[in-house]
Formats: sequence, C-alpha cells, structure tokens
Amino acid sequence: MALQSLDIKARSATTTESPSVRKTTRVAKLIDISKCIGCKACEAACMEWNDLRDVVGVNKGEFDSPRDLSDQSWTVMRFYEEEPNGQFEWLIRKDGCLHCEDPGCLAACPAPGAIVQYANGLVDFHEEHCIGCGYCITGCPFDIPRISKKDSKAYKCTLCSDRVAVGLEPACIKACPTGALVFGSKEDMIDHADERVADLKGRGFENAGLYDPAGVGGTHVMYVLQHADRPQLYGLPIDPIISPLVSLWKGVTKPIAMLLLGLTVLGSFFHYIHVGPNETDEDEEENEAAS
Amino acid sequence: MASLAPTFGRGAMTNHWVDIKNSNLVLIMGGNAAEAHPCGFKWVTEAKAHNNARLIVVDPRFTRSAALADFYAPIRAGTDIAFLGGVINYLIKTGNVHQEYVNAYTDATFIVREDFDFQDGLFSGYDAASRSYDRGTWMYELGEDGYARTDPTLQHPRCVFNLLQRHYARYTPDVVSDVTGTPEEDFLMVCKMIAETAAPDRTMTVMYALGWTQHSKGSQMIRCAAMVQLLLGNIGQSGGGMNALRGHSNIQGLTDLGLLSDLLPGYLTLPKESETDYDPYIAARAFKPLRPNQMSYWQNYSKFFVSLMKAWFGNAAMPENNWCFDWLPKLDKVHDVLQVFEDMHQGHLNGYICQGFNPLAAFPDKRKLGEALANLDYLVIIDPLETETSEFWKDYGEFNPADSKSIATEVFRLPSTCFAEEQGSLVNSGRWLQWHWKGAEPPGKAKGDAEIIAGIFLKLRDLYREEGGAFPEPIVNLSWNHLSPEEPSAEELAREFNGRALVDLTDTEEPNKVLRRAGQQLSSFGELRDDGSTACGCWLFCGAWTEEGNLMARRDNSDPSGLGNTLGWAFSWPANRRILYNRASADPNGKPWDSRRRVISWDSERWTGIDVPDFSRTSPPSQGMGPFIMNPEGVARLFAVDKMAEGPFPEHYEPFESPLPVNPLHPEKPAARNNPAARVFASDLEKMGDAGAYPYVATTYRLTEHFHYWTKHVEINAILQPEQFVEIGASLAEEKGIYAGDRVRISSKRGEIVAKAVVTKRLRALMVHGRIVHQVGLPIHWGFKGRAKPGYLTNTLTPFVGDANTNTPEFKAFLVNVEKA
Repeated sequence: MALQSLDIKARSATTTESPSVRKTTRVAKLIDISKCIGCKACEAACMEWNDLRDVVGVNKGEFDSPRDLSDQSWTVMRFYEEEPNGQFEWLIRKDGCLHCEDPGCLAACPAPGAIVQYANGLVDFHEEHCIGCGYCITGCPFDIPRISKKDSKAYKCTLCSDRVAVGLEPACIKACPTGALVFGSKEDMIDHADERVADLKGRGFENAGLYDPAGVGGTHVMYVLQHADRPQLYGLPIDPIISPLVSLWKGVTKPIAMLLLGLTVLGSFFHYIHVGPNETDEDEEENEAAS
Repeated sequence: MASLAPTFGRGAMTNHWVDIKNSNLVLIMGGNAAEAHPCGFKWVTEAKAHNNARLIVVDPRFTRSAALADFYAPIRAGTDIAFLGGVINYLIKTGNVHQEYVNAYTDATFIVREDFDFQDGLFSGYDAASRSYDRGTWMYELGEDGYARTDPTLQHPRCVFNLLQRHYARYTPDVVSDVTGTPEEDFLMVCKMIAETAAPDRTMTVMYALGWTQHSKGSQMIRCAAMVQLLLGNIGQSGGGMNALRGHSNIQGLTDLGLLSDLLPGYLTLPKESETDYDPYIAARAFKPLRPNQMSYWQNYSKFFVSLMKAWFGNAAMPENNWCFDWLPKLDKVHDVLQVFEDMHQGHLNGYICQGFNPLAAFPDKRKLGEALANLDYLVIIDPLETETSEFWKDYGEFNPADSKSIATEVFRLPSTCFAEEQGSLVNSGRWLQWHWKGAEPPGKAKGDAEIIAGIFLKLRDLYREEGGAFPEPIVNLSWNHLSPEEPSAEELAREFNGRALVDLTDTEEPNKVLRRAGQQLSSFGELRDDGSTACGCWLFCGAWTEEGNLMARRDNSDPSGLGNTLGWAFSWPANRRILYNRASADPNGKPWDSRRRVISWDSERWTGIDVPDFSRTSPPSQGMGPFIMNPEGVARLFAVDKMAEGPFPEHYEPFESPLPVNPLHPEKPAARNNPAARVFASDLEKMGDAGAYPYVATTYRLTEHFHYWTKHVEINAILQPEQFVEIGASLAEEKGIYAGDRVRISSKRGEIVAKAVVTKRLRALMVHGRIVHQVGLPIHWGFKGRAKPGYLTNTLTPFVGDANTNTPEFKAFLVNVEKA
C-alpha cells in the first residue's frame, strides 16, 4: 500500500534515486522463539488490522492453521517437532516476510514502483502497480510472497507500514502476550537479542544466537534461535542469498535484453516502412469469428 | 477452592498474576498456562527473562507450556498424587524442608487423636455402603483447655509431621515411577529442582487449573501440592504460592458470590437439613480458636451472615425472625450439576433455567444429558449465542442425532449481552475486582443478564402477590430498591455487595462517637455488625465501593517496590490484600525471610510493608498469632482434619476408568482402587469401561486458538483452528497404522466421536506397572453450531463422575479405544 509519510529508499524497476531529506531510524521486529508459545494471537491481530480472512480450512494432521502463507494470511505459525540434542523440543516459528536489507523481491520486480523499500527498512508491496508476474516469489530466498487468485497480484506482510508510519508498533507486536515479539530500532533489537542469547546460553543452549542473515544484507525481522547453528530446524534457510537468476536478470542480462528490445522495435519500424501494414481479407476474419 | 480453604483457610489463588515474575522456580502441573492463560503466562516469561527463573512442566502431553520449559516430565493422567506424594517423601528424606517455617506456621507440631488410622488405603471411619467416612477421628487431640495439644520438639509419634512422614514413606521414587509412568530419573530431577526452593530466599510458584480440578480426587491433588509448598515455606511469600488459574474471566467471582448449590456469598454456607435452628447454625461456623491468641476470623460469621440477610431482605430481616434464617433452603445433599442432571434424567425436574452456560457441551456423557433435557417441560436459555444446549432437540445428523418429534421440551431463548456490551466488575484469578466499561452496544433485542433476571423476578413477584402460593415470603420480601426495578444497574449492585450502614454506627467504647453515618458506604468488613445495623451483599467484597467511590475502577499501576504489588490498581479481596497470608513472608520474629522480597515486616509497633497486612496490624510477634488467620489453628494444615471427604492426607487412587485393574499401592484392596468417597450414580457405574475394550488413557483439554464452545462461532478463531482433531502419540499411531490427517474413531463406553488424527512425538508411551500405556489427547472446542467445521461434542465420551468434594467431573483421565475410521 502506498504511504506518503514514509521515505522511499528503493523502488522496483526504477533507476532514478528516490528523494530523501530526512534521516530515518532503521527499525526491526525481533521474534524470540524461546518465548513464543505459538498462540497465534499475532495471526489474529494481523487478520484484524489488515482486514484479511483466509478460508476456514481443514485439519491436515497438525497444529498449523492456516497451513501456509497466502494473499489472506501474511503470517503463520509453523510447528516443528525436533530432537536437536537428543532431547525433544517443540520449536514454534512465526513465519512471514523478513524485510531484507537487500530485498530479492524488489530486485526481481519488473513493474515500476510495485515494490518499495522505505528508508526505515520496511519492504512494501504496492499492489496498484503489481503486474502479477510472480518474479518476486523467485526473488525471495524465504518463499514469502503469494499471488492472489482473486486479483492476480502479490501480497505479503507490510510490517504494518501504515501503523509504523504514524508511530505505532505493528499489530502482531501489540497482540503478543508473552513478549516474544518486540519492535524498535534495529540497534535496540540487536541489544535485546544479545540479552536473550546470554540467557539462553545460561540455560544450556550453547549455540543460541541471532538470525540476521548477511546474505540478504541483514533483515528487519530477526529471530532469536535456541539453535542458531541449525536454522533449518525452524524451516529457515542456512545462508539465504538472492537467486542467481535474479542477479543475472537484473545484472548482465537486463542491458542486453533492453538492447534486443530496442533492436526489435527498430527492426519492426523498418519492416513497416519497407513492407507496409499487415492485412487480412474479410472472409478470413469471418471464418475465425465463426470457429 | 475445596482444597486450598481446608489447607490455608481461603479458597483462592494465594498470590496474583504479576507476582509470578518474582519466582525462582515455576511449576506448571495440572494446567497448561501457555495454552489456557496465554496473557498471564507473560509473567512466567518475565520471571525467566529477568529473574533467571526455571520452568518445570509435568503433564501427560508435551504442551505449549512445555515448549518453553527448562525441564519437562511426562506423567500418566490421574496420578499426580503419587507424583506429589513422592516429592513430599523426597523433601523429608533429603532434609529439604524449611523446618523453622513448618514448625511455626503449619500444624506439624499438632498431635492427632489416637483413634485416627490409615490401613490398606482407607482412613478410619469408612462406610462402604454409603461410600463415605465418619470423619470424627480425623481431629487433633484436644487438651482440657479446649486447645489442640502440640509437641514443638516433633518427638510425639502422632504429631502431624511424623504421621505425614510415615504416610508418604511408601511413595519412593521407584513406586512413583511405577504408578505415574514418569521415568525415575525425570522424577528425581524435578524433586531436585523443587527442593532448592526450601531455602528461605528462594520461592517456587505452582500454577495449576483444570488439569487438577477435573479428577475424581482433584481437590486432593491440589492439596498435595499445597502441602509441598508448606514444607518448602513458599506460602505467603512473594514469588511463591498456590496459584489457581481461573478459566473464565469471572469464575472466581462466581464462587466468591456463592453461585454454588451449597454456598452463600463470601463462602458462607447454607444450612443442612439437620440445621433448623439459627444459633447452632452460627455456632457450628464461628470457629473458636484451637490455640491461644489466634484470630480465627470466622468467629465473626454472624456479622457477615446478618449483614447479608439485611442486604437481601431489608426490614423484613429482624432479630425476632432470626434475620429470615428460616427462609433459607436447608440442604438434604449437595445439588451440584451432576446431581441436577441425574435428577433431570430420572424425571424429577420439569424446568431448567440455563444462564450463560452450555451444559450439553460442558458436562460429561452427552447422550445422558440429551436424554435428561428431553424430560423437561421447559428449558430457558439466557445466552448471547445459539448454543448446542438450546438446540439439543434438533437433528444434526451424526453430531446430534435427535428425534425432534419425540421431544416435548419447550425451549425459550433469551438473547443476552456479552461481556463487552455491558459494564461491571469481573474478579480475576488473583482476586482483583476490576471494573470494566461497555465497549459496544448489544445487537438486536439482546438484553443484559440483570435486566432479564429482573424481568423474570418482577413477574414472579406479581404472581406471588396476587395468588399467594406455597411459600411466597422470600420472593415478596426480597429487597429490590433499584432506580429502575426492571433494570438494576451494575453500579447499584456493586454498591450493594460492598455494603452500607443502616443507622449511625457508634463506637462500642464511646457511644457518642459516630463512626459511620446511616446510609454511608462501608470501608471494610471490620465495620460489619450482627445487630442489623449494617447491610452487605458479600462481606469479602466490602471495601470495593466505599465513600471514596468505586475502587475497582482504579488504574494506578505505580509499583514503588518493583515487586509488582500495585495497591492502587483495582481492588483485591480481602481488604485490598494482594498476597494472602503475607505474615508468613516474615520469620516468627517479624523479619522478612528474604530482604529482597519484603512483603510485610514488624517495625516494633505495627506491621508495615508493600502490601496490606493479612493479619492484625498491631499484634506483635511475641503474641504468637499465626499467619493463617481464617483457620482456628492460626497455622496452615498439613493434616486437613475433617475438611476433606476422602481423608486428611491425600492418597493416590486410580481414576474411575483406569488402565490398571488395581491400585498399585493397594493391590489387595478393591475398595481402595478408586476414590472411596466419590459419589457415583448406579446407572453411571454400569457405563464405566475397562481396559480390555478401551485400552487407551484419554484426557480432554483446551487450545489457545479457542475459548470453550464460544469462539467456534467466530470466523477468525475458526480459521486458526478449523476442525476437530485428536492427538495420538507416534508409537500408538504406528501400531494402529494411523497417519497424520487420517479420520479416526474414538470410542468410550458412553459413545463415540470421529476426528482428524494429529500424530505427534509430544505424546509418549509410558511404562506403567509393567505395561505400556498410551495416552490420547482430545481438545474440546467443537460442536454442531458455529463457524468452525461441525464436529462432535467431546463430552460424548467422558464419564459421569466427579471429585468427592466438589463433584467437578473427571474429564482428565478416562478410557477410550482408537480405530481408523
């Protein structure tokens, strides 16, 4: 959704620089998995604030519901039954957009202005510019965006950019009962995470740590993990990077493609001058209409 | 309530939610706070994050609470007394008892009567025919002065501490493991962690809920944990306590206001059938102290009772008619909900008013309940929702196969408001009366509950006035002084339960000194009198709406001590005390056990601190008054004397449906297999299954995504948990060839349901008394009305038997079979 009150830092398929006069605090959401009980209050709050209603589904033999992200479910809880150190653990992760510092979705997007990154770090989709190509999905190393079957546009968590723009915390943060979700400046969130990691190490989680992957330039949604050495236990990629296809498409390929596009236009023009307009006779058109 | 009151004197959470953050150790057992009390659970994560607390969860299932636990131990459903009895034995054997506290603040030193006995699982005085005890021998030995005899040296073989030690010596770690299925090393780990809180500067809090109350011996499970806390010196302390977590937002208020069949407001009790005279009725409740210098606060019973009668009947309550004592019903027996539905099933009831309550879903053996409701002439439903009960007569296929044509019950549905559409006070688990304001207008023709009840009452009163009738007095004389009689306001009702002076109240010493003018609101129950000069609808709530105004509406959260004791936030009964029995937070000389958590202490003239003293403010430590001021002993009871139906010490009995043919503690004694004092109706006994046909232990529970049977009507909640499921352990699923998402049929001797299978490692098979026991988890939230996928009422399966003291149904441990559907 478009917001005039937040400064835009980057804009999809746009090479001109965004105007920026204010210095903005970079914000982040911290998800502390060691405090999360999987109650889904954040999911309910997300639905309420963003006016989303997924379908009343069916149980497929697990706690997860809705079972996956969708245009109507921008965050879902994922439940993992694991035995990382020979001891059983029930790891519950709130899944949703991580708001990368180097957003793969934005890099991949061919529609001007359909994806923007605000100066505070939030990555937002502007559906009115979206062409529904789905390249953002290819570009995302975390498999987050979903295309709506209704309007064929891409949707994902906005980190409640409309709330943040007026100084409120995202809806999920407000709803979280246990303090597992906190929101603030990225620096404060890293400090808070350090405290939590120290606490977890004191409880025997030697590899506790912060998930803020460098491969995407860090993220504005970070996780405190009990087993930061094995993010795959939580369904997180170990070392996420933007797909090489996106780099190729936006890097080397794009100028060549633009050149080829230009040549095609030029060729067509000369073809028209040389041969004239393409014509069909009336009979042919009638036959086609009847068939 | 029925376990904490016999132990400490009052039946309520001893501490409060915020105080949980001060704990060093949190034990969640008999509950699943993360799941059922997610907002309160924040104080657990706070204790962990900022007080370096450890969290232990003991539960049949690895729950959402267990997901955040430092240590989890599995247990077979219904064996918590064996586990906790084992903890008592461990604490005594290893010397991890806070002995100074125990000697001074419990009845450890009291000597028990010589004829008290315990043999083969039964206490003295058992009568098998009536399934009840003559409790005469369960008492202390009294001296000639009328006081209980004690032995401060603990040498006397019959002093409570030695009896306790002997009773639980049988609960060795291997016996505990054999009965509970908890691996011995896990049990010992829990014991070790608990034992550390015997130190005066460390406290454990116990958080429990329906996981303990919903057993045939649930009250004794809770009592057993309360005894553990007493041995550790964790009662009265900040960060300690027995913290009963209430499931409905105002269920504490329900019991406080006496909405149980044998209670009056403020835990006054209705007279029994044999108690037809006023004076003996009062005398039997105004307990005289059992030790010198004890407060024994129930000595004031008559003041509470007379003030209640003045509130109810106004000028009609006079000394000449014993304040209308004769108008009160005299109980032949307890008319709890199981008894009521049994009576209805037998055709002894012809009408039923059902307010905010969905019994067809909420009580055991749905088929029996449906048959019972069909016996009624009329059924009145007061509820904001279309409940299952209101449509018990309608055919919903497999979920409710009713033959409407054969049911003649006339059902009236009176739509009421929900909590957000009205104002008033709610009492939370921690005894806080918090005022809340209306957030929305009710839809359609919905009316508030008070307005609906007022309408029924006024109509009935007219009929009694016009036509007389068998016993019109209590109805036509009921005090009903409301600005709008058709719609008593929440403010009026709140002022009434607080109480007021009816005449000028003068000082008993100085008759000319007026303490309170006629018509003024009272400020504390200390002002109540038994001469008819005060009216008070619930003595415990006195102080909630004084001349200063509505104290329940206060929202001052300033917390000078940092311990979360916010005296300016709302109002806490009794007398705004936040931590009950807080005298016990200090040693016998009045010095705090732990200076970092000073609650109150003696400052050479009076008791002062961060809380209102739950004690006489000016009684010096040298006087020896005990911290448990409601008990005539002045101390807490390790030995419950005659207060519990099945004995003064909790003993392990099997659930009524058990996978074991015998009680492993008493294999030769069939009478001691199940709770010997629990009431079972004959027709229900026939419907108890055995492990041959129903080999798996089932337990019912709640999910965070839903609230009882309400939120299945809400779209968002339905999206978050749409369809009925059953949790099955991975090993049982493999044995049965069941995969995640399969439809499975779960059956008990009372009925069957079909649900989706959630196959999980969170339910482990346990080795119990030489055999493998599988446990099956049944969340309760589905039914045939609402937005979620239609489902079966889980209580189709559960047995119609309850706790011997409260008759709370045994939902947490029964037998089922599981098959692929």
